Amino acid sequence: MIGFVQNIVDALSLGSIYALAALGIGLLFGILRLINFAHGDFITIGAFALIVPSRNETAVMGIGSLPFIIMVPAVCAIVVIAALMSDRLVFRPLRRASSPTLMVASFSVGYLIQNSILVIFGARPKGIDLWSALGKQIAVGPLRVPQLELVTIGVTLLLMLALSAFLKKTPYGMQIRAAAEDFQMARYLGVKANSAIGVAFALSGILAAAVSLLYISQTGTLTNVLGVPLMLYAFIATVIGGMGSLVGAVVGGFTVGFLAVMLQAYLPDDLRSFRDAFVFGAVVLVLLVRPAGIIPTRALAQRV
Amino acid sequence: MILEVENLSVRYGSLTALRGVSLGVDEGQIVCVLGPNGAGKSTTLAAIAGGVAIHTGIIRWCNQPISGLMPEAISRLGLSLVPEGRHVFSTLTVEENLLVGTYQRRDRQEVAKDMKRALEIFPRLRERIHQPAGRLSGGEQQMLVICRALLTNARMLMMDEPSLGLAPIIVDQVYEMLLNLRQRNGLTLLINEQSSERILKFADHVYVLRSGELQLSDAAANLQDGKAIMNAYFGFDARPAELAAAGNGGGR
Repeated sequence: MIGFVQNIVDALSLGSIYALAALGIGLLFGILRLINFAHGDFITIGAFALIVPSRNETAVMGIGSLPFIIMVPAVCAIVVIAALMSDRLVFRPLRRASSPTLMVASFSVGYLIQNSILVIFGARPKGIDLWSALGKQIAVGPLRVPQLELVTIGVTLLLMLALSAFLKKTPYGMQIRAAAEDFQMARYLGVKANSAIGVAFALSGILAAAVSLLYISQTGTLTNVLGVPLMLYAFIATVIGGMGSLVGAVVGGFTVGFLAVMLQAYLPDDLRSFRDAFVFGAVVLVLLVRPAGIIPTRALAQRV
Repeated sequence: MILEVENLSVRYGSLTALRGVSLGVDEGQIVCVLGPNGAGKSTTLAAIAGGVAIHTGIIRWCNQPISGLMPEAISRLGLSLVPEGRHVFSTLTVEENLLVGTYQRRDRQEVAKDMKRALEIFPRLRERIHQPAGRLSGGEQQMLVICRALLTNARMLMMDEPSLGLAPIIVDQVYEMLLNLRQRNGLTLLINEQSSERILKFADHVYVLRSGELQLSDAAANLQDGKAIMNAYFGFDARPAELAAAGNGGGR
């Protein structure tokens, strides 16, 4: 029983990271119909932003050594700038292009980021130590929970509440929601397309930066492709959650996190190395029952 | 003239949707564009609103050329399009729908007053102010999009087939509302319709479009018998037998 509760905490923590990454993808998909495969690489940028650029094997903390209250905004700022630049330089000139074109463009942006990091930082994985003090376990009754997992879950909840408040209560948020439902109509009402999209990219960048920090503090290893598997799981999360629905992205993120952790814990030993096959099998099952995802969006059905 | 369109052509790929259309609207007028399905009525309004790229032609609003501006820029000049099919933001509440159009305005205090005034004109919307707009009936949604367009501080509304998909009694209400607004606020209206039945009663000027070309332009007062409109609408030039046959078909 205690083992099961422990697994639930693990699942919530992993699901949080997937949910945050899925939200970043879902935001842009909602407004642009862009499946941004570079989102994982925005996460990678956030991770590498912590260290001093060099090809040396040992990583030297740069921004990462600054006090928390400066470091977090600085990492966010770097990822947001990268996201805004990719919009300005790549996606804005493609505004009238079709969704598949946008998707291929996002792949290119992703490869460009991965290889730029390779050139600047070298190919060897680097170990860094971020918030290792959080690795301590705290005892909750008979449970022993790593602090970091609780922090991850807490930060995710806070970010979701903040995002939801931003989208519901601020003029920019309301314009983004309107544009996500019917972009052309929003423009006829004076919503500036480029600023609404810019704000969405910036929000997506902040979410990516949060994932960077939470993920790196867990793994402690930097590679130029560290965001790729995250992107894959997050993308799957948005698909089973329901493309275009932010609530769906969160639900999908936690679903994938739960599947991964529970299968890891309860599959027979000799099947455990095939865990991902079972995760994706379950995803196929979900899509067979609900092809439009767990929370389908009507706006999407009308437009496609 | 508050709006002038000169020699407007629009192409979708190799398909020409509009060919050299010119029209004008005076301030405070109600101008109607009539035409069958596919005549290019919606394209005309979308081109004026900046929603589709124009091939040739000039569009002037208050004597300034606006062709080539983005839709959001044109909306900010006080020229607002209400497209066909209503287009409410269904997951946003009625209030949020109304607010979306007001963010372009700087006069926030006036916005609050206008909002209050608008809800007095549209009491049904006030009753449902916190409901998602997707739950409104068709007529209520039409009221919502008109109200939403007005709150952008529009001087002129372009309505694309406001009667489409609405029961006749609701259509009467919508038009009553539009006439009311013209009287109160000096609103200028450019309206697309397929049927001339209602519109001839209160339009100042009528244009007829067919197959992307302008067929007729005349003051509504000269068109009350409907014959000229029917000829232009169906393209029966001096072929009385066909004309008589079409007369039973309900073209008017």
